Amino acid sequence: MHRFLASIKKEFLLLLRDPGGLVILFIMPIILVITITLIQDATFKSVSSNSIDILLVDKDQGKLSNEIQKSFSDIEFLDPISKIGETPLTEETAKQLVAAGEYQLAVVIPEGLSIELQKQIDKNITKILEEFEGTEDSLKVPPINEKVPSNKVVKLYFDPITQETFRSSVIFAVDKLVASIETRSIYEAFEKELGESESLKSFNRDNFVKYDQINPSLSGKSVLPNSVQHNIPAWTLFAIFFMILPLSLNLVHEKGQGTFIRLQTTPAKYGTIIAGKAFLFLLVSLLQFTLILLLGIFVFPKLGLPVLDLGDHLGLLYLVALSSGLAAIGLGILLGTVFNSHEQAAPFGAVLVVLLAAIGGVWVPVFAMPDTMQMIAKVSPMNWGLEAFYDCFLRKGSLKDILPEIGLLIVFFISTIVIAILYYEKKKTV
Amino acid sequence: MDQNPLIQIKNISKQYKGATFLSLDNVNLEIKSGEVYGLLGPNGAGKTTLISILCGLIKPSSGDVSIFGKDLKQETKEIQKEIGVVPQEYALYPKLTARENLFYFGSMFGMTKAQLKPIISSHLEALGLLPFADKKIKTFSGGMKRRVNLIAGILHDPKLLFLDEPTVGVDVQSKQAITTKLKELNDVGTTIIYTSHHLREAQDLCSLVGIIDSGKIIAENTPAKLISETKDARNLEDVFIELTGRELRDYA
Repeated sequence: MHRFLASIKKEFLLLLRDPGGLVILFIMPIILVITITLIQDATFKSVSSNSIDILLVDKDQGKLSNEIQKSFSDIEFLDPISKIGETPLTEETAKQLVAAGEYQLAVVIPEGLSIELQKQIDKNITKILEEFEGTEDSLKVPPINEKVPSNKVVKLYFDPITQETFRSSVIFAVDKLVASIETRSIYEAFEKELGESESLKSFNRDNFVKYDQINPSLSGKSVLPNSVQHNIPAWTLFAIFFMILPLSLNLVHEKGQGTFIRLQTTPAKYGTIIAGKAFLFLLVSLLQFTLILLLGIFVFPKLGLPVLDLGDHLGLLYLVALSSGLAAIGLGILLGTVFNSHEQAAPFGAVLVVLLAAIGGVWVPVFAMPDTMQMIAKVSPMNWGLEAFYDCFLRKGSLKDILPEIGLLIVFFISTIVIAILYYEKKKTV
Repeated sequence: MDQNPLIQIKNISKQYKGATFLSLDNVNLEIKSGEVYGLLGPNGAGKTTLISILCGLIKPSSGDVSIFGKDLKQETKEIQKEIGVVPQEYALYPKLTARENLFYFGSMFGMTKAQLKPIISSHLEALGLLPFADKKIKTFSGGMKRRVNLIAGILHDPKLLFLDEPTVGVDVQSKQAITTKLKELNDVGTTIIYTSHHLREAQDLCSLVGIIDSGKIIAENTPAKLISETKDARNLEDVFIELTGRELRDYA
């Protein structure tokens, strides 16, 4: 115990006198969480103030294109532009502006779209009404002998840098818009053919099927996901695992400056030497976590971000932070034991943390990954921590819900420490 | 001087993984209590490997070592309670003060703060470092670091002290302070095993000298006898050159 306490004190003094290390451990995670949350905030907002300018080339100049233009203006994240200065946009200009990256999207409405759509609808309605011929004399209409109109293509020019999610959102919005206009036109055509009967006036043109977004939680309480609730757990975990780097370098420096040799010649066991480091870095991880929680509660609202909702189980959050901290410490000690130089440990540790974050779902949700990567994610300690944090922050789960992930993180910590000690002992014989 | 062997080395060999040669080749050695044993040899001769084995840092490929009558393989930690090591590197934390470093290393031997406080002050004073006790090591000169390095190895009053080139790169004053301290320690019964390239220093300090080359002990005796038994030798350096040759010993 005496040796353990002395080790903690020594590590504490060394950390306190290392401004660079303090910046990496405390300032960088704060900057990281604030930056990422601010960047991602817009994607989580239901009503975004950050609309994107898009180019709209109207070659149709008809009723339909007018409606499309009007509807585009109503889409919350798009702001259509159909003129540059006083000059109406041409397809070629729009294409060049998108290619140059000045705009992310150009929508080109083809010539004759309104007329052709109307013809198509008229033809279809005539066909339907012909089915009633003979049964209902009043519905008799003269046959139309016009050519079948060809399909019209609405061109969407995307800047190559736009992500698939943005493209999908735009395509979905355009698709929905055109379908809605088509439906309305069909209703109008029916009205025109059938006359002003009372029964037609009772047609309900609203969508029959609607949807409601519900975010179920394990506790049954309503949870509203937002950038803060998503990013705090993800990037806090990243910060905790980033500790691998200073911890492994701490051990490597010990070897380099000869103090490790001296320690090896004392009666203190390797376990005792690393226990002091592990304990101090565990405190650091809990302090990091506390700082980020305070940031979410007190600073984020001042930056226009949603306030962090801690839920009812603060203890569970700390349990997840503690288990994640232990897993990160185990990995840091293992790397520090295996590597002998700063040149080996620093790049490997940094790349490993980024890889673990990517595999663990910090950047891309695991469900959106290919099957193989989803399998790999399941054995990533950062994914266990992230799932446990999500259980607490977003699903409002209980201890029972996070127990499997907590268990895995602790088993991972014990395994890495045992491997580190065995490796250390084995190294003496080489 | 106690005539019981404090260290018994029997048929020790060491071949590092991947090496094509033996760093230690069937070494047999007995060192009695109270000796100041100088382990001398050219670069790559096997001095550091032998000291590392005796300190419990590495394990031999074959052979047995007993220290204080205890088997080194079985009772490493027990033996380490009674030994002190002064490595060639400044094995100190640059961002801690001299006193903080010494408290930490002393506590690794199970000593309490109350036990350490007077011992640290006494050693610092003896080696002229008390005024600098609360200054960070990174501000110290090479000679000052060497002296703190020595104190860190003797805080727990070891029966056996290993020193790997304890005076390398220091000024004459620091060298004198260190050798005086070593003599004082030996006077109160501490057995010292010492490696150095300063052969004049070894000649003055050591009661017994072993010359090691290519992993083998090629000569062992008192400095005076080694000099007298070697033709035309006036000092230990002449003996050393005679036994190990003038060929450069670069290795990588």
